[in-house]
Amino acid sequence: MTLASALPLAAVERYREIVEDRTFPTVREWRERTGRKVTGCFPVYAPIELAYAAGMLPVGLFGAGNQIEMAHADSRFQSFICSVVKSTLELAFIDRLGPFDALMFESICDPARNLASVMARNFPDRHVTYVHLPQNMTSPATVDYLTGEYRRVAGELGAVSGKAVGEEDLRSAIGAYNGLRARLRELYLLRALSPEKISTAELYTLARLATLTDPADSEPLILESVATARARESRPKDRVRVVLVGSFCEQPPLELIAAIEESGCYILDDDFLLGWRLFKRDIALEGDPFRALALAYIDGSVHLSTKHDLRQPRAASLIASARAHRADAVIFLGAKFCEPGLFDYALYRKALEHEGIPHLFLEFEEKMWMYDKIRTEVETFVESMLFT
Amino acid sequence: MTETKEIRYQGHLHELQKQLMGDYYAQLTAIATGKSDTKNAHLLIAGNPVELIRAFDMLPVFPEVNVLQLAVRKQSLPLIQKAEELGYAVDNCAYVKADVGLYLSGYQAPYGTIPKADLLLCNYVGCNVYLNWFEHLAELTGAPAVNIDIPFVRSADGEPSPGDVDFVVKQLEELIVQLENITGKSLDYKKLQRTVEYSALVGEMWAEIKDLTKRRPAPYDAYFDSVTMMAVLYCLRGTEEAVSFFEVARRELAEKAARGEGPLPEERFRVVIEGPPPWPFLRVFRDMFSRWGAVAVASTYSTVGGIWEFGFRHDPQRPLESIALHMLQYNLCNRTFLQRYDQMARYVDEWSADAVVIHSVKSCRLFSAGQGDMREYFVREREVPTLLIESDLEDPRYFSQAQLRNRIDAFFEALSQRRLTAASDAAVAAEAAR
Repeated sequence: MTLASALPLAAVERYREIVEDRTFPTVREWRERTGRKVTGCFPVYAPIELAYAAGMLPVGLFGAGNQIEMAHADSRFQSFICSVVKSTLELAFIDRLGPFDALMFESICDPARNLASVMARNFPDRHVTYVHLPQNMTSPATVDYLTGEYRRVAGELGAVSGKAVGEEDLRSAIGAYNGLRARLRELYLLRALSPEKISTAELYTLARLATLTDPADSEPLILESVATARARESRPKDRVRVVLVGSFCEQPPLELIAAIEESGCYILDDDFLLGWRLFKRDIALEGDPFRALALAYIDGSVHLSTKHDLRQPRAASLIASARAHRADAVIFLGAKFCEPGLFDYALYRKALEHEGIPHLFLEFEEKMWMYDKIRTEVETFVESMLFT
Repeated sequence: MTETKEIRYQGHLHELQKQLMGDYYAQLTAIATGKSDTKNAHLLIAGNPVELIRAFDMLPVFPEVNVLQLAVRKQSLPLIQKAEELGYAVDNCAYVKADVGLYLSGYQAPYGTIPKADLLLCNYVGCNVYLNWFEHLAELTGAPAVNIDIPFVRSADGEPSPGDVDFVVKQLEELIVQLENITGKSLDYKKLQRTVEYSALVGEMWAEIKDLTKRRPAPYDAYFDSVTMMAVLYCLRGTEEAVSFFEVARRELAEKAARGEGPLPEERFRVVIEGPPPWPFLRVFRDMFSRWGAVAVASTYSTVGGIWEFGFRHDPQRPLESIALHMLQYNLCNRTFLQRYDQMARYVDEWSADAVVIHSVKSCRLFSAGQGDMREYFVREREVPTLLIESDLEDPRYFSQAQLRNRIDAFFEALSQRRLTAASDAAVAAEAAR
């Protein structure tokens, strides 16, 4: 399926079908069109530029959502393991990962780490690469380590694609994703400034589409969508302005995002799909690009539950975001069994209470399909904000 | 089936351990109550640089050991609930919650008082919850914190790269500067070499002790009795006391082996146990195996803080490099899940085990995530009978005694039946061959 015929925003419903289709139509189409290989990237902080530099398409692997029944993975991972781990494995068992030549996992949590092993054992023909992201952000030695790690991963992916990654290849890939991320930042800025012009369900669909497509295709599409949305004549509604956190890895169903909005919220900032928009500014194109990518992770990436930067408490980042967006409240939308996210909630709660910012705790699973309970909780929260 | 009331698990070794651990906690209490000005660092069990802490005459504090003892004494639940009131989730690691609860209770434990950390030293060895844990302690207590990043094993052969070793050594050198600032004294390199040598000696004796369970019967249970020795191995490694303790342990257990004595009146089944124990119900859990004459001949849990049985020793001539290798490569937590399969398969083969028991704990996903696949591997590819059971290491709410007992009974009944059938088949075959 090509994106050329699709019109920005007007075609969001069609994009939505694409992002929910776990046969990965855009990925198969890209493979056929280019004859090149594909790397599936488990969230979060995947160095997608390395795959692109190796001539591959990096594709976001965010589990199966609520699109499949679990038949095999439940016997491999226990009931207390989050859904995205299990449904990603299930996709492999039911042969939906056919378009993927390699899979990339990162050291973001314990189940993700073990999933890399289980995947490698059960599907030995598909290359699995594991990236160890460092957690000592203060040591001067960390940047050298991570530069070496990125070179190693690039070497592995280059061996799969048959194209060794040179510095110019990586610089070019960084440039491509700098461009895409700049467009995504514009999209987010537009929503933050004028949430009545673009809904989060629309924004999310576009951002999710970018994880399934070549940046050369998605960047112009997002650019045009931003222009279309900006030109919309929409009046602001009387809604509660919120910053949403907690959904950085496993993704909530689109219907759930829409339900939160429809219950009376403008979502001004969120941490959805941060794997694709994790850098706060462009990565430098001068010098050693592997080192530039490493420095960008250490000093220039957003602060998520899986990056433990002792220089800056995460709760402080959340408070800063809430203040910067002039948010009335914070919604913590955490994935069930997501230990890093759930740990953060305890810190967020303390900081939010200290700052006097109201918040709502919600828990979701990607596979859920009933939203009445969450809708009621959000409506009650909104009413308490608006009328008390 | 053996009647459990006849079994006496504890002996002289246990008494000696109790005394050493009592002394250790008395030292911590003295710091906490202002009677000692010794500095302390909180650190984690898996692959740590405790030798450096000892070289600076600091005391190591291990939150994991503190909270597991609360669970053994059945005092963990109120502390877990105290943390949950603050917003910690039911699904968060109960070790962390119990430690947070303990801090909020003034660090007063029945075995001693825990001092506030002079340094929160998070040795990030595999377990991502370690990072959360110390991040939260830093926020709660205001103590200075540092993460030592240990790159996870990524190579097919399980070897760290020279770059990985170099990275860890550099971080240890930076840690030395921090410890010098905290203690106000320079590193005594000879002293560091001595502490590393103590660790090497302990590692050697621990490996010899582990080798003893290859005998029939195994002289001790490599899961339940190992924890007695692990307390000293972890809390006192790098000291002369630990060396003396292991000299006694090695002698006693070797003598037991020579006499053909085991922990049970009869060793009927030899098992490999994977996963941490359910500390709140340790005795009850042990009895579930003992009544079947099942003895653990090897366990993965006894390698969380270090794997010495396959040859690794600390090296006083290369102290920092060998500490780095211990952290990178020679502990269970920093190795891949598939390396754990290999480790267990080696136990099954070399320690002549009849079966594998996987105790899956909800709190520790590093251990447990994917253990269903592990069972598949052992049953389908290695044809080793494997039991997978679930509870928790700290939270008593997840221990379902009747259900666990039913599962364990059914497993060993099946194993017994299999044995009878095999014996009968062998007799028929022998008769036919005559």
